[in-house]
Amino acid sequence: MPIATRAHTNREYEQELRRLREQLLRMGAMVEEIIAGSIKALIDRDSSLATRMIEFDRRVNQMEVDIDELCLLILAKRQPVASDLRFITMALKLVTDLERIGDLCVNISERVVELNAEPPLKPYVDLPRMAEDVQSMLREALDAFVAGDPERAQEVVERDKTIDAYYTQIFRELLTYMMEDVRNIYRATRLQSIAKYLERIGDHATNVAEMVVFMVKGKDIRHTGKLEGR
Amino acid sequence: MPMSTTGDAKMKMEVRDLQVYYGSKRALAPVSIDLPEKNVTALIGPSGCGKSTFLRSLNRMNELIPSCRVMGDVRLDGDAIYGPGIDPVVVRRRIGMVFQRSNPFPKSIFENVAYGLRIGGIKDRGEIAGRVEKALRQSALWDEVKDRLADNALGLSGGQQQRLCIARALAVEPEVLLMDEPASALDPIATAHIEELIDELASTYTVVIVTHNMQQAARVSDWTAFFYMGDLVEFDRTNSIFTKPTQAKTEDYITGRFG
Repeated sequence: MPIATRAHTNREYEQELRRLREQLLRMGAMVEEIIAGSIKALIDRDSSLATRMIEFDRRVNQMEVDIDELCLLILAKRQPVASDLRFITMALKLVTDLERIGDLCVNISERVVELNAEPPLKPYVDLPRMAEDVQSMLREALDAFVAGDPERAQEVVERDKTIDAYYTQIFRELLTYMMEDVRNIYRATRLQSIAKYLERIGDHATNVAEMVVFMVKGKDIRHTGKLEGR
Repeated sequence: MPMSTTGDAKMKMEVRDLQVYYGSKRALAPVSIDLPEKNVTALIGPSGCGKSTFLRSLNRMNELIPSCRVMGDVRLDGDAIYGPGIDPVVVRRRIGMVFQRSNPFPKSIFENVAYGLRIGGIKDRGEIAGRVEKALRQSALWDEVKDRLADNALGLSGGQQQRLCIARALAVEPEVLLMDEPASALDPIATAHIEELIDELASTYTVVIVTHNMQQAARVSDWTAFFYMGDLVEFDRTNSIFTKPTQAKTEDYITGRFG
């Protein structure tokens, strides 16, 4: 599927699209930063970092509002078609996924603050690994977006299985801690929540990757194997 | 030139290796295309791309241009429309045309629509009146003019005049209706009426429309053919052309990236 390489005859239109792209990437970078900050706050038991991440998310929310407004403007003024249309409609959805990732990081940070009020339950081994994987998935998905590379995006989609496997493993391990000693329950459930949030972030990163494929190829690869009649 | 299969739809017109020259200049490269029956096919492309030349070739209107030469094969229901012994007037009765600037005759509304019937030799007044009414109803004009059919057609608004020209074309009961930018001289509301009309007409007629308005092509047509410098670059279902065209030139044109 050809992705347009020339500029629009109308320069203002071209600038609007460029601005949209820049803002999307800026929002993506912010979200990557929040994920990294929230996990660091967990590992380092740093409540002040966690609180800063919660504050940072406000800027992510503001970006969602700004980008939605820009998309609406372009739709109204330019009546885009073909690759432009796919780009703008996907931008609207992408922004929702990124904003949700931000919210999930706020949730992680809130659990971190709660955990830091107690002594550590166990050394964190799998959670940081899971977090690293999830972060790299999002980074790859956003890089694929910049490069207009559907193959790279497709690889991200494949990786979601490992994230689900991590979650199951972590959940089960924490379950054994809870069965061993009821005093572990408070902290174990919070860690399970964090694992869940990370798993959800992985899903959103996968969504971003699926959208990149659609934007470039015009092919909708969502819900493979889970569509009615297919 | 990639031609997408038109699936199970029956073809009303088939064009094979159509070439058109104005003097020594070739305006249309060999074009081959099938036009599905009772569908609306839009022809789009920049100025001078050959879409109007192509349209005019479908009902031999090109012959009215002195230096014009047409080669190739055009068929209506399998019957060739070019060839020795084939009467172009008969062709134009089966394949009607509506133009960009409406051109009602300086006669009454009724006479405008009846003209083609009278020329065709119909004398019975009842039949003429019946067919005039039918044509005016089909072009969504009847309600507005039924009480003033004797009024001069030039007194109608632009949009009404255009619908009158459509009625005039429909009165002789063609099978195909060719429209060359039928709404480009009209205001948005009149345009909306024409577009709605095209949608209704497609249930009875095969419609081919030339338009420079991309959104209009996307709204009214089932199939879209993109012409560029005399070549047919892409032909596909409208939904596909406007969401994921396969040719870079098509993509560039419809998104406004054209140099």
